Amino acid sequence: MTDRALFVVRAGALTTVQDRGRPGHAHLGVPRSGALDGPAADLANRLVGNRPGAALLETTLNGCAVRPRSTVTVAVTGAPCRITVDGRPAAWGAPVRVPAGALLAVGTAISGLRSYVAVSGGIAVEPVLGSRSTDLLSGLGPVPLTDGAVLPLGTPTPLHTRVDAAPQPAPPAELVLRVTLGPRADWFTPEAVRAFTSRAFQVSSASNRIGLRTEGPALERAFEGELPSEGMVLGAVQVPPDGRPVVFLADHPTTGGYPVIGVVRTPDLAAAAQAVPGIPVRFVEVRRRQLS
Amino acid sequence: MKALPVGDDALLVEVSSGEEAQALHAELVRRRAEGSLSVREIVPAARTVLLDGLADPARLADELTASEVPPAPPRAREVIELPVRYDGPDLADVAAHWGVTPEEVARIHAGTEFTVAFCGFAPGFGYLTGLPARYDVPRRATPRTTVPAGSVALAGPYTGVYPRSSPGGWQLIGTTDAVLWDHARVPAALLSPGTRVRFVGAT
Repeated sequence: MTDRALFVVRAGALTTVQDRGRPGHAHLGVPRSGALDGPAADLANRLVGNRPGAALLETTLNGCAVRPRSTVTVAVTGAPCRITVDGRPAAWGAPVRVPAGALLAVGTAISGLRSYVAVSGGIAVEPVLGSRSTDLLSGLGPVPLTDGAVLPLGTPTPLHTRVDAAPQPAPPAELVLRVTLGPRADWFTPEAVRAFTSRAFQVSSASNRIGLRTEGPALERAFEGELPSEGMVLGAVQVPPDGRPVVFLADHPTTGGYPVIGVVRTPDLAAAAQAVPGIPVRFVEVRRRQLS
Repeated sequence: MKALPVGDDALLVEVSSGEEAQALHAELVRRRAEGSLSVREIVPAARTVLLDGLADPARLADELTASEVPPAPPRAREVIELPVRYDGPDLADVAAHWGVTPEEVARIHAGTEFTVAFCGFAPGFGYLTGLPARYDVPRRATPRTTVPAGSVALAGPYTGVYPRSSPGGWQLIGTTDAVLWDHARVPAALLSPGTRVRFVGAT
């Protein structure tokens, strides 16, 4: 067996392989998937000299521990955490050399939720529909990491430019999401629309890669009735019958039958990926960008 | 046609029937293929087509709002035949709804030509239309926690085939051995929007 591989010592609560996902197949019912905090994932790849969009690890809450079989460069970004190599502290948000056989331990998030672990050469599992991402809604791509699993690594490409360090936004203490209203805001009472864009919600612990769920005021429908299934976009804020808004993240279903009251601006979803359950969420209405 | 803006770079185009949605979807796919429409995703659904990843949605919205729903495209594509055994646990319930015998359910269903109106729920799950409205059936009051892969099922105006085992609330009328989804195959999905389908009863 090749020595370009990563042995998983501790998988952590939920660690998945992610890249930029598989957009373009929504009409077949295939979610886009991909790293939830895209800028953090891109930075991790840049730090180790990978091409943009190389597959890396996305951890949840309590990190992971891996042992590379050959010497690699790694970088951990996203949620800040304690990092050690064979027990010695190493830098977060910077390239770190991990000798063959050494133990890289990525600790529990100090703030935020998801850390990104890029390894030089990238994770080289078999792509599905052009992507190596784990899709937790439909089960496409590799299964989440398990203790004892072995992940193949790609060959590093030294041609890519490398950066040594870069600023990263701190995970939010309060999540502020800019939204444009619609396409189904008219399914809600004017009071509910006002509540949506003015009241405080909290991040629910039932949130996952499919959606950021909220707790708080229930948004009341203007009328009863069922919406025929329609296409859903990333960042869509769907309101199920319990009235609590759900913000669709990367593994969201491609069609849905609950009305979408608004859509979160895509750049704001990176912060949503780092929002810890219990923190406040506010939806702030913004005007739609106009080109013509 | 009504074009509702969705976020900054998507449009939800709403029409008044499933047939119009299929015709609009076919026309938008044709325009993308000829290069006159640049868009990342074209997602048809029951009464809508979602266009996601547009450079200038407002301009396209103006254009679509001012135009008529295109005529249905010529039905030139081949028909996919799915072998089916009409042995589902809800066959008797469906027969009762239709007011016919289970054997007649099988005969009517296998005698219908279906079209994939849209996909969703799971990769490769198609919502097939073709049965007359009098054969609409409700979902089961209590969804099953597990529906086996290959189950041929009815709900509302639609027929569907479960590509893999999953929870589900549709009425199960039969079973097929056809592989609806195989990501190692090209194309991975046996059924995609616009595909014509016929169920062939096995005896």
